[in-house]
Amino acid sequence: MKKDYSILIGGAAGQGSRKAGLIIAKIFNNIGYNVFIHEDYQSLIKGGHNFSIIRASEEECISHTDEVDFILALNDETISKHEKCLKKGGLIIFNKKNIEVKKGIGIDIDKIIKELGGISIMGNIAMISGFAKTVGIEWKIIENVFKKEITKEIDKNLEIAKKAYNEVNKIIEIEKLKGDKNPLLTGNEAICLGAVDAGLDVYSAYPMTPATSILHYLAENSRKFKVIVSQSENEIAAINSIIGSAYAGKRSMTGTSGGGFALMTEGISLSAQAEVPILIVNSQRSGPATGVPTYGGQSDLLFSLASGHGDFVRFVASPGDADEAYYLSGTLLNLAWKYQTPSILLTDKELSESTFEFKPINKLKKEKPLLWDNKEEYKRYAQSKNGISPLAFPGSKAVVKSTSYEHDEKGLSIEDSESIILMQEKRLRKFKEMEKEIDNVEAIKIYGNKKSDKAVVFWGSTKGAVKEAVEKIGIKGIQILFLQPFPIKQMKKALKGIKKIVLVECSSMGQLEKVLMSEGIEVDKKILKYDMRPFTAKELELKLKNI
Amino acid sequence: MKNLETNYPNTWCPGCGNFGVLRAVKEVFSEMKKENIVMVTDIGCNSKIADYINVNSFYSLHGRPVATAEGIKMANPDLDVIVFTGDGGSLNEGISHLIHAAKRNCDITVLMHNNRLFALTTGQYTANSPKGFKGKSTPYGVFEEPLNPLEIMMASKASFIGRTYSSKIEHMKNLIKEGIEHKGFSFIEVLQPCVSFFNNIQFYNDKVYEASQGKSVEDAMKLIKEWNYNGEGKIPLGLFYKEDRNCFEEEIGKTIKNV
Repeated sequence: MKKDYSILIGGAAGQGSRKAGLIIAKIFNNIGYNVFIHEDYQSLIKGGHNFSIIRASEEECISHTDEVDFILALNDETISKHEKCLKKGGLIIFNKKNIEVKKGIGIDIDKIIKELGGISIMGNIAMISGFAKTVGIEWKIIENVFKKEITKEIDKNLEIAKKAYNEVNKIIEIEKLKGDKNPLLTGNEAICLGAVDAGLDVYSAYPMTPATSILHYLAENSRKFKVIVSQSENEIAAINSIIGSAYAGKRSMTGTSGGGFALMTEGISLSAQAEVPILIVNSQRSGPATGVPTYGGQSDLLFSLASGHGDFVRFVASPGDADEAYYLSGTLLNLAWKYQTPSILLTDKELSESTFEFKPINKLKKEKPLLWDNKEEYKRYAQSKNGISPLAFPGSKAVVKSTSYEHDEKGLSIEDSESIILMQEKRLRKFKEMEKEIDNVEAIKIYGNKKSDKAVVFWGSTKGAVKEAVEKIGIKGIQILFLQPFPIKQMKKALKGIKKIVLVECSSMGQLEKVLMSEGIEVDKKILKYDMRPFTAKELELKLKNI
Repeated sequence: MKNLETNYPNTWCPGCGNFGVLRAVKEVFSEMKKENIVMVTDIGCNSKIADYINVNSFYSLHGRPVATAEGIKMANPDLDVIVFTGDGGSLNEGISHLIHAAKRNCDITVLMHNNRLFALTTGQYTANSPKGFKGKSTPYGVFEEPLNPLEIMMASKASFIGRTYSSKIEHMKNLIKEGIEHKGFSFIEVLQPCVSFFNNIQFYNDKVYEASQGKSVEDAMKLIKEWNYNGEGKIPLGLFYKEDRNCFEEEIGKTIKNV
């Protein structure tokens, strides 16, 4: 049987279940497993019910399962809520003192902490340690992970861990594997690294779940990454401020979710008109309006594709895992500068906040944009064959006039029809080049049975579940990474021989269908999910079986 | 004068207060390092100044030039960033940016051309129009009290606050120059009559006087409150308040330097 374990750890907010989940994932990664963590938490600070599902598999895994092998309960609710998800033969590990359970392994955590003079949060370490012993993981391995992950009072924590380890009996033995150990990163952290490798200088944003951890991670690492990080008074300020920073020559990014993105749209339009390169991360959560703030969804696709008033093309791309998040955020930042245009990285809560193994194939580089040659008089919007005008920045010999108005080559306002047409057509030529660019990037990816005449078409964070399901059933999976400009050539190639197209999307309306229809592609069936939780592979398998 | 001409046709109404501002600004710019000047403009009559002066400029969105200017200065603190905005842009559409930039003490200069109404949209009231003002959207008169922008700036911790008048070129020139040289957030209100929709030239000529700078916060508040933008009394001009404190760009610069 495939070695594929799922561990659910849950507790009230403030009990530290998320950090504990990360430590468990690292332990499994240390004994050769591929790991993935799905996070589920509520919009509150203390109390409520949070949980993480850690999946450890001998095969690549980038999605979670609803059925679990182990439940680690920091509180009663974890058991009452999730007991039904426990597989036959699964184990519950709990704090003996607090929780009344008939079956399972109780660890007398409170007693251990009291005896050794610890504090209650250290109970998590006792829990992890007891679990590790139950499944036969060597002390040395968990000790090493604890030493790396715990920053405060390591000796006391280790003492508590050791005692819990000794008090619990080994029940099963989880086999050690030979898989690689990789850094574990959230999707948002991978987005940051991609942008940093592509030369990010400035990040300004207003906090909004699930994009907030981008702001945190960059602020925490501002010295290491040499990125200026500022929190703005609102999203309108954030986008207009990064447009200013980019105009002054610095690679700039902002991040938000649907509601904040709505406020930013005037800035996206400005970026297109003034031809100032910016990168916007739009991490979707459920909507409309405030929706369910800490849960996900894919319902801002059409909004992102049409964001900003006026005629223009922006780059929009969506990653399905951390490696793609890294690749696309860096690539979009480079493309923004190559074409002096807004770029949107469209993602969602599931990708932003889940933890993945990070193993990018290529390291990204900052690509040089087209710069002014310092020869003739500078014209910010100089006419050119491909519609791209060389960049120059204030502080140089050039007089750089950028503007939100329709303008002439020098950036002065114009209103006459001839001049308007000239500038509109300059931008149109640039948009054509952007379309051609899409032919040169990996905009579509194929999974599963390449010879099947049935295909699941999807985008974004559903990748993990779709990939696993199509591989199992033996049909084709087609992932669209670039959504604007639409990679029609690559898509047509991918659809060759396909007789039935099934769309999978976490939304109630199936927005990708409209995009495909506008490209002349008809969808035969839609599998949609709108409880704002991600698909699992198993769920999709059942739905795809009879197509 | 350095080459500051764009030779762009000027479309302000004859007699517009903006002509005075243009002259004063050009004189100030001609004494500065041209490459480092960046004008950031709003949308409105005042902002057309971007087309009239041949220096770096960013013609921003309505209400947003302060936010854009903050980004420019943060990216390159060597630049001299001057915002040209109106009472509509900074007190209506973009008031949050103005308040927060003052609070941060961003090292930029904001010139608020105050014509006390939306002119380019042919005459509606702004947050600074006097009570009872009859514009096209308020034929029965404005019901609201006008905001005092200088009082707002004081409460928002702006570190340089002054008022000048578009008919007084020398006064304007000196205050603008001082505002640009000030390290920190400079807010300068320019009383700028709109000859087409709210011609208060005579009113200003009768009421303005050049006040000497206040020595304390109390003195500053007295000058700031002397005229309530509605009724009687004199209108002081000058630098009302100045304070030295670290600016935002200095502080944020430290967050990327290794310690």
